[in-house]
Amino acid sequence: MDLIVQGTIKAFELIVTFDPEVLGITWLSLKISGTATLISLFIGVSIGTIVALTNFFGKRFVISLINTGMGLPPVVVGLFVTMLIWRSGPFGFLEILYTPYAMIIAQAVIATPIVMGISLASIQNLPPNLRLQILSLGASRLQMVWILVKEAKLPLLAAVMAGFGGVISEVGASIMVGGNIKGYSRVLTTATVMETGKGNFDIAIALGIILLILAFIINALLTQIQQRQHLR
Amino acid sequence: MRVFRSSKVILTLMIVALIAAFGTSSAFAAKAAPKQKNIILATTTSTQDSGLLDKLIPIFEKQTGYFVKTIAVGSGQAMKMGEKGEADVMLVHSPDAEKKFVEEGYGVNRQLVMHNDFIIVGPGADQAKIKGVKSSAEAFKMIAKTESLFLSRGDNSGTHAKEKKLWQKADITPAGQKWYQETGLGMGQTLNVASEKKGYTLADRGTYLALKKNLGLDILVGGDAALLNIYHVIEVNSAKWPKANADGAKAFAAFMVSKKTQAIIKTFGVDKYGSPLFFPDAGKKVEDLGK
Amino acid sequence: MNSEPLMEAKNIILRRGGVTVLDIPELQVRQGRILALIGPNGAGKSTLLLMLAGLLKPRQGDIYFQGKPVETRADLFMLRRNVSVVFQEPLLLNSSVYENVALGLKFRNINSQEIKVRVQKALEYFGISQLEKRSARTLSGGEARRVSLARVFAIQPQIILLDEAFNSLDPPSRETIIDDLKNTLDKTKITAIMALHDREEILRLAQDISVMDSGKIVQSGTTSEIYNHPDSEFVANFVGTETILEGTIKSCIEGNVIISVYGKEIEAIGDCFIGQKVYCCLRPENVMISERMQGKISVRNIMEANVTKIIRQGFFNKLILDCGFPLVAYITVPSSEDLGIAPGMTVTASFKATSVHVIPIKK
Repeated sequence: MDLIVQGTIKAFELIVTFDPEVLGITWLSLKISGTATLISLFIGVSIGTIVALTNFFGKRFVISLINTGMGLPPVVVGLFVTMLIWRSGPFGFLEILYTPYAMIIAQAVIATPIVMGISLASIQNLPPNLRLQILSLGASRLQMVWILVKEAKLPLLAAVMAGFGGVISEVGASIMVGGNIKGYSRVLTTATVMETGKGNFDIAIALGIILLILAFIINALLTQIQQRQHLR
Repeated sequence: MRVFRSSKVILTLMIVALIAAFGTSSAFAAKAAPKQKNIILATTTSTQDSGLLDKLIPIFEKQTGYFVKTIAVGSGQAMKMGEKGEADVMLVHSPDAEKKFVEEGYGVNRQLVMHNDFIIVGPGADQAKIKGVKSSAEAFKMIAKTESLFLSRGDNSGTHAKEKKLWQKADITPAGQKWYQETGLGMGQTLNVASEKKGYTLADRGTYLALKKNLGLDILVGGDAALLNIYHVIEVNSAKWPKANADGAKAFAAFMVSKKTQAIIKTFGVDKYGSPLFFPDAGKKVEDLGK
Repeated sequence: MNSEPLMEAKNIILRRGGVTVLDIPELQVRQGRILALIGPNGAGKSTLLLMLAGLLKPRQGDIYFQGKPVETRADLFMLRRNVSVVFQEPLLLNSSVYENVALGLKFRNINSQEIKVRVQKALEYFGISQLEKRSARTLSGGEARRVSLARVFAIQPQIILLDEAFNSLDPPSRETIIDDLKNTLDKTKITAIMALHDREEILRLAQDISVMDSGKIVQSGTTSEIYNHPDSEFVANFVGTETILEGTIKSCIEGNVIISVYGKEIEAIGDCFIGQKVYCCLRPENVMISERMQGKISVRNIMEANVTKIIRQGFFNKLILDCGFPLVAYITVPSSEDLGIAPGMTVTASFKATSVHVIPIKK
C-alpha cells in the first residue's frame, strides 16, 4: 500500500518537473506506436475494404485468417520478427534488430489485422444495396470505394483506436525486437518492466500512470471526433 | 473543441506531426565516422541495473563515434547471443561458462575488467543462524538443514550460476525441495520476493545496496572468496562470424580496461551508496583477487 | 419520337443455383415512355432492372443501348452513367441533403456552379427546396424518398429505373410523391422503367406494362391492353378482377361527375374537369345483380346486362357481364341460384356512384 502511494507521488513529481528521461521515453512511445498505427491504418483499411467488397474464391478462408490475426499474441509476433531480422535471418543485412524501426514493424504487424478485421466488418455492415446505388449514380469503382469508406468513418475510427490501444500497451514484442536501449528504443512499457525488475516500484508505477494518461488522451481525442460525426 | 471545427484538421495535424517528428528526430540520426557504427553489447541485467553502463557508454560513444546497443539479458542468454553471432562483444560474469565459450572458439580476447561480490541476505530473524559464518558453502548447508525458505533466480544468470556452484560445494541438491523456490526473475525482483516472503537469497552487493531501503533483509554472510563476482569482457570471434563488428568490439574492450575507465569504475557508486559498487581489476590475475 | 428503341434486351438467360431467374427473348424500352414491370414476388423484376442498369452483367444474351451493344467493362460503365436506379430504401449518405443530391454530379466532375443549379432544380421538382441544408439523418421516410428521387433527377440520365420505390411509404405520402414524380417525368421527358405491384401506382404511372412470371415476360402492351385484354388467366388474376374502364368526363358539378364510357354514362364522385380522360375502377363486390328494374333505389347507376360467363369461385360466383362494356360482378351462390342466373340471361346490374373509383389518366 505504501508503495502505491509512493509511486503515485513519484509519478506526480516526474510529470510536473518534466523529467527529461521520462519525457523522452513518452515521446518515443508516441512516435513508434503512432507510426505503427498509421501504417496499419493504410494497409488495414485498404485490404479490409477490398476483401469486403469483392467476391473471390476462398473469401471465407481469408476472413477467418484476418479474424485469427486480430487475436495474434504479440510475443509470438516479436519472436517471428526477431528471427527474420537478426543477423542469421533473411533480412539480417538490413541491420534493424534492436532499433525503433524494428519496433514499428512488429507493432504494425500486431495492429494491422485488428484494423483490417474491424474495417472489413464495418464495410460489410453498410446497407447491401448502397454499393449498387453509388455505382448506379455513375461512380467509378474507385469513387465508390471512397464514398463507402467515408460512410463507414465511425467504426473505422474505432478500428484505429483499437489498433493504437493494442500497440501502445504492448511490451513483449517491443522488448524482443527493440532491446530496451536507453534513449533509443526504450518506451514506456519496456521501461516499466525494467524498473519493476530492478525493484524500483515507484518509478514503475509512475511510468504506468503516465502510460494510462497518454492512452486516455489519445483515445479521448479520437472519441471526440467519432462522436461529433455521430451527432451531426 | 470549438477551435478545430473539422475532424479532418485534427487528423491531418496528427499525421503531419508524426511525419515531422520522424523527419527531424535526432534519436534516430546516424552518428558519423566508423564504417560499421553499431556495436551490439550483450550484458547482464544486474550489470545494467547498477547504472555503471549508463555512465560509461556515453563516454565511449562520444570518444569513438560508435553507437552501442546494450542488450541486457541473463548471462546464459548473453552467451548464447555470442554463440550465434548476434552480439559483437559481451560483458558478463559467469566464469565457468565463459571459459567454455572461449574454448569452443566462440569468443576471443577474454579480459578481466572488474569484480564485486555476492552476499547472502535474509530476514533479521535469521532462523538458520548463518549470520557471521565465514564460509558461504557452510551457510548454504545450514539453510538446507533448517529447511529455511531460499529464493533462487533460476534463470541461468551469472548470479544463478554462482549460486548453483555454491550448492555443489556444499554438497546439497536443493532442486525440488519445498523450501527452495525459483523465481525466474531479475535480481531486484527476486530480492523483493525474498523480502516479502522472509526468505534467504544470494544477491550481488550492488543491486542490494540500491534497493536496501525498501527491503527488510540484512547482509548475513559476505567476504568469502567463493562469493567473488568477476566480470570479463569477451569479443565475439569474427572468424566464426564475419558479420560481427570486430573493430567495434575491440574498441569497446580496450575502452573497458583503459586506465581512465578503470578510474571511473573505482569511484562509481560512492556518492550514492557510501561504498563503490565495483572494484577495477584490469591487468590483474584472477587468482590475486580479493586478497 | 424515335422509332428505334432506346434500350433493348435480347435472349437474356440467367440461371442461379439451378433455377432460371430470367428468360427474356426480347424486351424493348421506348424513349420517353414509362414502362411498368409487374408480377408476383420472385418474378425477376428486380434482377431485370439490375441488368438494365448495368449493375449485373448477363452471362447469356445481349443488351443494346442506343443501338450499340453493351459488352466491355467500359460499355457497362457508360451504361451506368446513362441509366440510374432508385432502390426501395432511400440509401442516403450521412451528410446534408444538398451533398446527397449533388453526389452523382460530383462523380461526373461537373463544376460547382452547375451543380448548384441542377441540385436546386431537382429539389424544386419534389418540393423539398427548404430541406437543402438539413442532415439526411433527420429526414422522415417521405422526405428521404424525395431526396433519393431528386438525387437521380439531378443527374438527368437517359433512363431512370425504380425498384418498388414506394413500398415503404404511408399512403398519404405515397400519393403526393407519385404525383410529383409523374409531373417531373412529364417535364423532363425522361424514360422510366418501374417495378410496381400496387394497382393504383400502376394505373397512375404506367403507360406500357410488361407482366413477368418466373423470369419470363408473359404479356406486354399498353396499360389499357393489359388491364382490359389480359391474354391469360395468370395476367387477369394478377391485374385483378376489377372492372377498369376508360372514359371521358362529361360533366362535373360539386364533385358529382358523369363519365362517358363506351357510349354509356356512369355517375361517380370525383374532382375532375370536363374532357379529362379517366379510368373508372369498380370492384366486383360493389355490383349488385337483380332480376329486372326494381322500384326506386339509391344507386345512380342501373343498367341492363347480359351474362356472358359464370365462374364458380369458392363461396360465390363471378359473373362476367356485358353492358355495352365489360363488367365483373360477384354474387353469392344461393342468390345466384335464387335468380336462376345462367349464361345468356339478361339481368339488372347496379352500383353506387360512390363505388366508382376515378383515376385520372395523365398522358
